[in-house]
Amino acid sequence: MSEKSRSDFTPVPKVSAVPPMRYETPLVPRNSISGRALVAVVAIMTFLASLTTGGVILVSQAASAWQADVSREVTVQIIPAAGRDIEADVSKAASIVKNTAGVADVRAYSKQESEKLLEPWLGTGLTLDELPVPRLIVVKIASGAAPDLPQLRGVLQAQVPGAVLDDHRGFIERMRAMSGTAIAVGIGILLLMIAATVLSVTFATRGAMATNKTVIEVLHFVGAKNRFIAENFQRHFLLLGLEGGAFGGGAAIALFAIASFLSRWFGTTAGGEQTSALFGSFSIGLGGYAAVVVQVLLIAGVTAFTSRQTVNRTLEMID
Amino acid sequence: MVRFENVGLRYGMGPEVLRDLTFRIEPHSFQFLTGPSGAGKTSLLRLLFLSLKPTRGLITQFGHDVATLSKDAVATLRRRIGIVFQDFRLLDHMSTYENVALPLRVMGRPEESYRDEVIELLNWVGLGERIWALPPVLSGGEKQRAAIARAVIARPQLLLADEPTGNVDPSLGQRLLRLFIELNKSGTSVVIATHDIALMDQYDARRLVLHDGRLHIYD
Repeated sequence: MSEKSRSDFTPVPKVSAVPPMRYETPLVPRNSISGRALVAVVAIMTFLASLTTGGVILVSQAASAWQADVSREVTVQIIPAAGRDIEADVSKAASIVKNTAGVADVRAYSKQESEKLLEPWLGTGLTLDELPVPRLIVVKIASGAAPDLPQLRGVLQAQVPGAVLDDHRGFIERMRAMSGTAIAVGIGILLLMIAATVLSVTFATRGAMATNKTVIEVLHFVGAKNRFIAENFQRHFLLLGLEGGAFGGGAAIALFAIASFLSRWFGTTAGGEQTSALFGSFSIGLGGYAAVVVQVLLIAGVTAFTSRQTVNRTLEMID
Repeated sequence: MVRFENVGLRYGMGPEVLRDLTFRIEPHSFQFLTGPSGAGKTSLLRLLFLSLKPTRGLITQFGHDVATLSKDAVATLRRRIGIVFQDFRLLDHMSTYENVALPLRVMGRPEESYRDEVIELLNWVGLGERIWALPPVLSGGEKQRAAIARAVIARPQLLLADEPTGNVDPSLGQRLLRLFIELNKSGTSVVIATHDIALMDQYDARRLVLHDGRLHIYD
């Protein structure tokens, strides 16, 4: 357009100078109501999914810890028999066990200690001299070692009549079945939670995209290529997803960190010890925090992917 | 520049809304497109703007058969066409300046390279003092001029305008017509779809009249 032709169009109030203002407003409007609603949905769903993940990790860790604690310990019980010196039997059994490969520690309970174990049931002040109170030897297995327990059981039975080795196998089996069920249920709930999160984030993204139809159309009509439009929306919605995910995932991480801190803080009290025995330290560990971060990225990715799909569908409808 | 040969258009399984259109739009030409409501003016504009494909016939634009173009090629070709929508279609979250600069921005040009150009055009259409205003606070006439400025900022070879004077008073309508005439003098082919007989009477130009889906041309 020539300078001459432009100057022919007379009624133009000219501005003296260009005021410093924003020049590069994002093509996709920020801070729209639907965008904020999407951030809220993503934050809430990420928070709930992260709590579920953390819960599954805690149950799994507690179950593993119970199993490990029980399986690292076996008990030898010496039952008194007529005509035998139980102190000598205890001493001999302890010696046999101590010399077995893979045993870290052996502790034989004294007569007084064994009687003390019965106090919760029989009360104090009783004389138990006349009763055949069995004696216990608690054997700690070295970490990572697997002593040959059947052979040890045979040796004990051969050399110390009345010695019974209990490796808690039945209890461990029941524990394993219970913890396996708990973890399977937890993973099932987690999968449902992730599916619900993906679906709700998908629909919330589509809702937010509906308000941007005019933007897509205008960009299309001024000559923007489909890829350019899709990339702009994808980037915008990825940021929205990350923002919501950071709020939700961050809140979940903070909650787990506080719970872990409190469980350590109150760990020395009676109630704290009970809780700790049942649920462990309430710490989901680095792996747990990494799982929350992965969820945040996954949900942000779902948001971006859905927006791109919606843009492509809208552009196909326009054409 | 634009050639239609026996072009027909129908929506879905409905009747043909445009029938046997055969005409050319030459470079540097000026024409009004008119006809009664429902005659198919907007459909014809959409065909010219490549946002519809004909159900039959041949359309060539700038030497390309539009039926064979890829989506990216259509987008590139569309940059040579400016369009003024009846409902303006300005983006409410962007200032007047940014709305007008949008075609240049999507081409990937850096903002510094077109800043002066956009401000000069805004001054030219009388929006020099509304540069940073957002569309919701602009009057109907101001929106119309912003939409026209956006359509011409990339110096299109073909300008299409759908009822550009439909929302403005007669004096502003005259000014807008002068604007289109100036653009035409500077080399842009112009097609104005309008019902406004008074507007057409102000300028002696070719008339394309649509009636019952058929086109009658009065040179």
